[in-house]
Amino acid sequence: MALLAPEDQEHLRRSFSEMTRRVHLIFVTQTIGCETCTQTRRILDELPGLSDRIVIDEVNLVLEAERAATYGIDRAPAIAVAFEDTKTSPDDQPSTMKTDAEAPRLLDSRIRFLGAPAGYEFVSLVHAILIAGGRTTTLSELSRQRVASVTVPVTMQVFTTPT
Amino acid sequence: MTLAHEMAMLNPMITATAVEATEFPDLARRFRVTGVPKTVVNDEIEILGGLPEEAFVEQTIGPMIERR
Repeated sequence: MALLAPEDQEHLRRSFSEMTRRVHLIFVTQTIGCETCTQTRRILDELPGLSDRIVIDEVNLVLEAERAATYGIDRAPAIAVAFEDTKTSPDDQPSTMKTDAEAPRLLDSRIRFLGAPAGYEFVSLVHAILIAGGRTTTLSELSRQRVASVTVPVTMQVFTTPT
Repeated sequence: MTLAHEMAMLNPMITATAVEATEFPDLARRFRVTGVPKTVVNDEIEILGGLPEEAFVEQTIGPMIERR
């Protein structure tokens, strides 16, 4: 059963249609001892049906810990947002150069979600997909300049609740 | 949350994680989360509550820029 109402699906479909590159949601999950992993999977499963530019890549935290670690993730459920390098995107390549073996090169947006993206966090996830998908930032010129000046690693954790 | 994520998108030095506090009580305890939103930068700067965009940018990364 769909979690989203038909009008919400339509609204999202329209928003996602503006994406200019394919976004991969790296979903880090585990089978045992993760109460909200199933809920997260159900939420994420709603998205690829709304846009062919959204792909879910499932990573098992136990079996593929190394892959999760490349995104700095050691807990589940978690989502890392990545996007296909448009230089190697299938859309930009002549069809003769496409091979199934050629995996798209993924660029890391460094956007993460820890916990199920339910309630308000779902809105944040949609927004994250849109900006990773190529939407122009809404930050002011001053903010952009300040952000661009950062030359040391910065880790930001924003704690929220679903409501 | 969206603001921090936008910042991460603009500069690869920045990683931004939205943490669902009730699902990870150990993290919420460790960073003394008494209300939301609460933003923790490099485990040391703590901001409780929402802020207008430019104030948020300044309080989160301003000290990192000056420190150079």
